[in-house]
Formats: sequence, structure tokens, C-alpha cells
Amino acid sequence: MTDYKNLKLIATSNPHIRGSETTRSIMLDVIIAMCPALIWAIIYFGVEALLLTAVSVIGCVVFEGLYRKLMHKPQSIDDLSAVVTGMLLAFVCPATTPLWMILIGDFFAIIVVKQLFGGIGKNFLNPALAGRAALLASYAGAMTTWLPAGTKAAIGGGMPVDVVSAATPLAYLKTGDLEGLKQIASVGDMFLGKVGGSMGEVSALMLLIGGLYLIWRKVINWQTPVAYIATVAVLTVLFPKAGGAEYMLYSIFGGGLFLGAFFMATDYATSPVTKKGQLIYGIGCGLFTVFIRYFGSYNEGVCYSIMVMNCCTALIDKYTKPVRFGVVKSDKKEAAAK
Amino acid sequence: MNLGKQFKDGMLTQNPVLVQVLGMCSTMAITTSFFNGIGMGVAVTIILTLSNVIISAMRKIIPDKIRIAMFIVVIAGFVTCVDLSIQAFLPDLANSLGVFIPLIVVNCIILGRAEAFSYKNGMVASFFDGIFQGIGYTWVLLAMCIIREFLGGGTFGGGVLGAVNEAGQHVGIQIFPADYGIGMLTLPVGGFLVLAALIAAMQWALARPKKDKEESK
Repeated sequence: MTDYKNLKLIATSNPHIRGSETTRSIMLDVIIAMCPALIWAIIYFGVEALLLTAVSVIGCVVFEGLYRKLMHKPQSIDDLSAVVTGMLLAFVCPATTPLWMILIGDFFAIIVVKQLFGGIGKNFLNPALAGRAALLASYAGAMTTWLPAGTKAAIGGGMPVDVVSAATPLAYLKTGDLEGLKQIASVGDMFLGKVGGSMGEVSALMLLIGGLYLIWRKVINWQTPVAYIATVAVLTVLFPKAGGAEYMLYSIFGGGLFLGAFFMATDYATSPVTKKGQLIYGIGCGLFTVFIRYFGSYNEGVCYSIMVMNCCTALIDKYTKPVRFGVVKSDKKEAAAK
Repeated sequence: MNLGKQFKDGMLTQNPVLVQVLGMCSTMAITTSFFNGIGMGVAVTIILTLSNVIISAMRKIIPDKIRIAMFIVVIAGFVTCVDLSIQAFLPDLANSLGVFIPLIVVNCIILGRAEAFSYKNGMVASFFDGIFQGIGYTWVLLAMCIIREFLGGGTFGGGVLGAVNEAGQHVGIQIFPADYGIGMLTLPVGGFLVLAALIAAMQWALARPKKDKEESK
């Protein structure tokens, strides 16, 4: 007898043109796009950066695989989304993060934020950012201990012997000490990534290369990152804490703005569907980033601003829903209400 | 009157925290150390039992329209007694629970049981209902305290066991170094996460026997 229950019959209306894109191919593109930043992190922070990324990726994949197996759900590790989450989580942590700590972040990202809400595509927060937020709330000390520019992390995590942690450019931006900041890094240094900070966020150049690759491959739309970075640029050039246009350049190259704009805010499951929605979402992220950097207690606002906007995504989607084809103007309001 | 069923309701099937989801405010706020959990649980159990009995005794003379006000008066009376007793005999507990003892007045569990049970049932049944529901509340509180305290700071039995610090309070038995503890779990968000995990585990456990029966048919 035919097993109708497990027979996969796909009934759709024509035309039957299929794209070659799959979740796996998209995630593979994202991984490729992250490679420049990873290479820079290894050059700049030492082999520990690679070790941390590898542990994080393995952790994410193992947690995802175990959860799907224990819950008797279809296995999903081969779509590579767990690999992307693992890489991103390592990218937003300091290179000195102990390896056991990143595993706790992996657990929170994959199990609590992603799988408990139903797995890929159903999470309402970006898992990697939620993992970072959990780590920051739990281990504020270790998560805000930064290597001084130009020093390598010790193997196995933690600060190397004889090295004292240093403030990142963001700390100078917070206090408006532009002169002090110029002494530790020029704008060029910031762009290239010769500054202290989270592992994958330091080099704006490498992230830009990866981001442009994603836009060229049509994996992401330009709306979100451009709206995001432009909002931060406009706000910081209009209301700088010190200096002028220079403060703006330091602000957009500093911290995780490029990483957040290209890799975090563009996550499919947690960002709006329409292009108009993506613009609004990007602007919202930019506003919150600047607000937190200026008025909040943290130096960096990228992580929380994207998480706040993640929560607004459903609302944005609701109000930017395009009107159905064939609906005349007077009916538009009704159609939008539906 | 069915003692066995009442007991099972209080512990599991109608557990005030895990199934009725009542008394959330205190559950989230005070479940950070073992000592708090026991103190709060016992206080609520005593107040719940006494108010259940009194309200059950007065149920025939309380006018229907002002019953909620009457319940609150009775409950507030007992809460005041317990609050003053704790301040007198257990000042440490009074300090660490703070405003949450007086807030038992508006704890939904007590008002909820008054409305749902003791207003409709006899005094003996109401007495046991108070005890079983109170113990049901206490065990969930203790479970949350133990989980949050252990994962959050690596200790067990904070406030009751272990070495004494400068402030004269027991710090609990250190099982693993506090540096490794997931500090987030001692924050309010940790309360929500642990409670959600417990509710999920409870639903899973309650659904299991039924499923087995259905499958065997």
C-alpha cells in the first residue's frame, strides 16, 4: 500500500520555475562573506581567534543536532544556519573570552532563542545577539575586558600574562574624548581594524568586503545596512560629542556597527520582509544605536538596538504590507486593515 | 471531600504556580536563595490555610456583592500577624524578603483559593486545600531557588547552610566557583526562564501518561 502520509506531494499552481537558492546555499554565502573578517581576526588577535570561532561553531552545531535528535524532529544541522550563528557569536565576543563561556552563549543562542521557538525561521531574536546579551548579563567582567591594540590573545582564552586591558575606541567616543582617541588610533586604523574590540567587529574594511559580496550575491538587500549606517552617520555628524565630521567617522567605523548592519540586522527571520519595512527597520536600529551610545550606560548599542528592532519586526511588517494587485484606491484602507 | 485528589491537585495537576500561574510577582522576585524560598513558602502556606478556614466559616454570612472586600480584610489581618511575627523573630528573613511579605495581601494564590475553593466548600476541606496548595507553592519556589542559586552562583542552601559572611548571613555551600555561575539567572530574566522551563517540564510530565494510554488503545 502506498504510504500517503510520508509521500511528499507538492501541489502548487503554475508557473513552476524554481530558484536554485536553498537555505544551505544562502548560509554558505554568509559564511564566505564572514571569512575576510575572520582572517583579519586571526592575523590581529592570534590563533586564539580561530580556536574560539571553531569551538563556538562546534558548540552550536552539537546543541542544534542534539536538540533535534532528542525532540524527534527532522535534523537541520546541514542547512549551516547553526554554523553561521556560531561564527557570529564568536565575532561579537572579545578574543579573550574563555572557551567554556562561549559554549554557554551557544547554548542560550541555539536552544533557548532558536530551537525552543521552533528552529530556523521561527526565532524572534537574532540568536547570536541574544547569546551575546546573555553572556554580557552573566559575565560583565569578561565580556568587557579588551586587549590593547596590537596584542594577541592567550591560547585557551583570557588575557596574556603582563598585559593590562585597555579601553576600546567606543569608551573614548562615549566620553567625547576625541583627542585621546586620536592618540590610540587614526580613522585609517579604525577602518582597517587596528583597534581593540570584539573579535570580528574591529575591521570595517573586511566587513564591508563581506557585506558587498552578500549584496552582490543578492543574499541581502542594501536597504537595511545602508539605512542603518546612514542614520548613525547623520545623527553623529549633526550632534557630535566632540570635533565634527571626524567624530562621525570614528563612530561608524567603531564598535560593531558594520558587523551588525551587514550580518546581524539582515537576518531573514528577524527582519521585515518588504524593502520599505527594511528601510524603517534600519533607521530604527540606527536611532537606538546612537541613543544607547550617547545616553545609555553601555558603550556599545548595536547589539541591543538590533534586538529591540527584532521585536518590532512583526509590527513593521504589518504596516508596510503592500496592497494586493487589483485593489482600487478606496479599498486600500480596508485591504491594509485586513 | 477527597483528600487524595486535593493533595494531587495542590502538588501537580492544579499547582498554584505551575498550572494556575498565580502569585507570579513573588515567585519571580524572591527565588534567589534557599532561605527566601522556605521563608516565603511557609509564610504563604500559613496565611493561606488560616484565611481559607475563616473565609469558609463565614461563607454563608458574607454578602455576595462585597465578598472580595471581605476576603481582603481577612487576608490582610493574617498577613499583618505573620509580617509582625517575622520582623520580631526572624529579622534576617524580613530584611531579605522586604516588601514581599506585606504584598502577600494581594497575592493571587490566596485570593484565588478563597474565591475558587473556600467560598464554596466546608472548613475541613478548605483547611486541607490551604495546606496542599501552600505546599505546592513552596516546592515550586524551592525548586526555582535551588536551580537559580546553583546555576547563578554555584552555591546550595544560601541563607541556611555554609560559612557565615561579615553581615552574619550564611552564604551557602559553594559547589563550583562563583566566577563560573551564569549571573543572568539571578536577575529577573532568569526567573522567567527557569519558571518557563519548569512549566514546560510540568506540562510534558502531565501529558505523558495520557499519551501512553491513548496509544495503548
